[in-house]
Amino acid sequence: MSTPRLADPVHTVVPSEPASVGPDPAAAPVVGAPAGGHRMSGLGEMLHFAIGNRKLVVGFSIVFAMFIFAIIGPYLAHHPPLEYGGHLSLSPTTKNGYWFGTTLLGQDVFAQFVNGLRLAFIVGALGGSISAAIGMLVGFTAGYRSGVIDEVLNMLTNVVLVIPTFAVLLVIAAYLQVRGIMMESVFIGLTSWPWAARALRAQTFSLVSRDFVDMARLSGRSSWKIIFQEIAPNMSSYLFMMFILLFGGSILIASTLDFIGLGPSNTISLGMMMQLSVQSAALQLHLWWWFLPPGLAIMAIVGSLYVMNVGLDEVFNPKLRTM
Amino acid sequence: MTLRVDDLRVYYRTLAGDVKALDGVTFDLADGEIMGLAGESGCGKSTLGKSLIRLDGRMRYVGGSVTLDGTELPIWDNGQMDEYRFRHVSIVPQYAMSALNPTRKIGRMIDELLHSRGVDMDATLPELERRLELVGLSNDVLTMFPIELSGGMKQRVVMVISTLLDPSLLIADEITSALDVSTQKAVAQTLVQFRDRGFVKSMIVITHDISVLYQVADTILVMYAGKLAEKASAEDIVMAPRHPYTRMLVSSLPEVGVREADHRLSGIAGRPPSLLDPPQGCRFRDRCPLATAKCVEEPPFVEIADGHGAACWHIDQTVGRLDIPLEKIETA
Amino acid sequence: MLSLEHVSKTYRTGSFGGAVLHAVRDVSFDVRPGEVMSLIGESGSGKSTIGRMILRLVAPTAGTITYQGDDVAAMNRHEVKEYYRRVQGVFQDPFSAYNPIFKIDRVFGMLRTEFFPGTSREAWSAKLADALESVSLNPRDVLGKFPHQLSGGQLQRLQIARALLLDIEHLVADEIISMLDASTRIDVLNLLADLKERGLGILFITHDLSLGNYISDTTVILRHGCIVEMGATEKVFGDARHPYTQSLLASVPQLHSKWAKAEPMPATNGHLDDDAAVPALVSVGDDHLVAAH
Repeated sequence: MSTPRLADPVHTVVPSEPASVGPDPAAAPVVGAPAGGHRMSGLGEMLHFAIGNRKLVVGFSIVFAMFIFAIIGPYLAHHPPLEYGGHLSLSPTTKNGYWFGTTLLGQDVFAQFVNGLRLAFIVGALGGSISAAIGMLVGFTAGYRSGVIDEVLNMLTNVVLVIPTFAVLLVIAAYLQVRGIMMESVFIGLTSWPWAARALRAQTFSLVSRDFVDMARLSGRSSWKIIFQEIAPNMSSYLFMMFILLFGGSILIASTLDFIGLGPSNTISLGMMMQLSVQSAALQLHLWWWFLPPGLAIMAIVGSLYVMNVGLDEVFNPKLRTM
Repeated sequence: MTLRVDDLRVYYRTLAGDVKALDGVTFDLADGEIMGLAGESGCGKSTLGKSLIRLDGRMRYVGGSVTLDGTELPIWDNGQMDEYRFRHVSIVPQYAMSALNPTRKIGRMIDELLHSRGVDMDATLPELERRLELVGLSNDVLTMFPIELSGGMKQRVVMVISTLLDPSLLIADEITSALDVSTQKAVAQTLVQFRDRGFVKSMIVITHDISVLYQVADTILVMYAGKLAEKASAEDIVMAPRHPYTRMLVSSLPEVGVREADHRLSGIAGRPPSLLDPPQGCRFRDRCPLATAKCVEEPPFVEIADGHGAACWHIDQTVGRLDIPLEKIETA
Repeated sequence: MLSLEHVSKTYRTGSFGGAVLHAVRDVSFDVRPGEVMSLIGESGSGKSTIGRMILRLVAPTAGTITYQGDDVAAMNRHEVKEYYRRVQGVFQDPFSAYNPIFKIDRVFGMLRTEFFPGTSREAWSAKLADALESVSLNPRDVLGKFPHQLSGGQLQRLQIARALLLDIEHLVADEIISMLDASTRIDVLNLLADLKERGLGILFITHDLSLGNYISDTTVILRHGCIVEMGATEKVFGDARHPYTQSLLASVPQLHSKWAKAEPMPATNGHLDDDAAVPALVSVGDDHLVAAH
């Protein structure tokens, strides 16, 4: 199972016709101008473009709003998420604080929803961090070292890439009676790093051949110092965007896993809400308040993260900016 | 008269303002003439070459006219220029040899190109093969992929393709820069051959390497910071340049036979002005040893001898041996 | 003194490393202090590879490179650092040699942390100012700037200044002026001549014969990884014996003479046969060696 994602996350090849409209693309000619571009010549300049970029602002606002909601939501809920309250299939009402109504078996949908939101962010952060860390380690080493080490790491990456994660997860589920959200996050983290490693390896390759890496070597710098102090900072925008994609991807994978019943066994998440609602024929019973909120939430978070990423690409890459 | 360019202005629009890459250039190109366009990076020579065929979408035509064989070229309009491209005006762009589609055989690529221009490939094939042979390439080249050819071979293929329809004007943009010295000579001589055999009526050869121009060009036009500095026969530019910039440039070129221990050459201190906000008047005055207060007013490009023009107020002070550095003559 | 003895570099190419590419074959020469040696060759001649092997960025497949008698390839980490105090390099592309997201000061800062830890700020500033002055740069013009704010000429001089911060004996200059404008080239070249007077032994790698002729005391002509001619510059240029050297000289566009009539075009790339023996060098005079042909 691969992370559903947009085509190649970052601008390794800049499109010749930018997507933005305008009579004249804004690219500055080389006439007397620097070859390196203006990528990081001022945090201020970047912030200026960041604030002006609608995709970034809208995407970030949505995600941030959901984040705040996830933090304070559970304190607002009137009932624990798994408690059977007795009021079955209640449509949204202000009575008893069932703002999102109840499930077929009387559980508070709002409580489940905010709990699920919180879990979503945890999975995203944890799963995203783990896969980013492994991806960076493998990608940097393979790209910098090349040769035998590169071949070995490539093989490792390919093996993990083709592992049927469903099958593995099923086996794990059979052995472990209780699985928590941590388990799920770690599992996602350990299986979704290959594409990140690949992308980073390619980026590292292209940077390693630049003369400033040789300069650092001639200055007596050790390899790891060069990787983290020369190469990684050059890719900082790429790394940032990659993390965002891994974050969103983890949430999506978790929801998918939950939906088919392989989610954590001791709590309720957004994906699980959707699973239970489908199992209980909520669609046919017109219990829309049960599956619509979680579905919309997942869509909103992941979609906004991706849109944010596209906006970030425009901010970091001067060639894609509109006039 | 093949080409007449009159006060051509082409700018690039950027976030920071207009980059005045080409700011008023006027010259003529006679039938059968090979004109070299020389200058350093940022002088506008590539912009001039590309604007004659309107190749770059970022350029903004601001003013002036370009007349080819008596007809004015619509260089402000991309669609209208299409009729003239490849048939009457053709260009070998910079890095052309790296731009060949690596997944296409050369023959197939030419076929597609001709088809898109409405030219019958079968009818043109005999001529194509004849020309390939002329430049030393066998017909097998048509069945090869670009990766199988050397740099010199690719460059010659591109030159043959560009001149297939016998255009009046060929613009060759830095075609010898990325080549080794021996292939450079072969490619440069091929250019002259094309003119001699009538495949092309006139040529503009753009390069920063004046010594190559001396070998193949009839006249040389030297540009600086978007404007014309000097125009003269190749012989005069190299042996007796008059504009201070040309003089200092030519005398800074080392030649085989000149050794530092015997004779130390000197360059030109400083760098060209920013074209976003160019200085008023002569653009070379910040680096010119002859600059005076008068240079704040822009010197016109005037003819100082037959076929020899320059834009400088102090042109009378630049006669003399090249190895003697220029010095201001203090006026009382 | 830097010595190369029978140095070769072979790369494995093709699928599964079946094919073999001989980048450098059996090259031997010495670089002496106080002298500029030009390594002249066209693309694919192996000249850059030789430079990189001297700088320990690439390991030779055969042969030895020695500095003051010590084998460069066999050095441990500590010895390598000492080696870099004496031998440094300057590269071709001024805009690639600096990390574009940092200010150029960082390049100097790196040297300070690695080679001069514990130097006081005043002492370091003084040292920097000295080095910048010897390459005719004003510290105020260049310090604190990003690479894209400076010109190619300034960046190349900065690279040289960086090398001069260390007490180097040898400098490997790999095509350092080919990306500069003609009007700035000669000034950087003159700078190298000045450094030579100060006792530096410079290996000047280039494809441009006029530049090599202008600046060097000795010349080595390289072709397909083998030396075809080497010796004192006046002899190699003035009395070229090898047909390759002669054809190179005949192809250089001169400013005061025109090319001879057009010759038939070279139709193919022409690579030296992999199994062909490397032609031996024969002495044809005092300080003038030519490969058998």
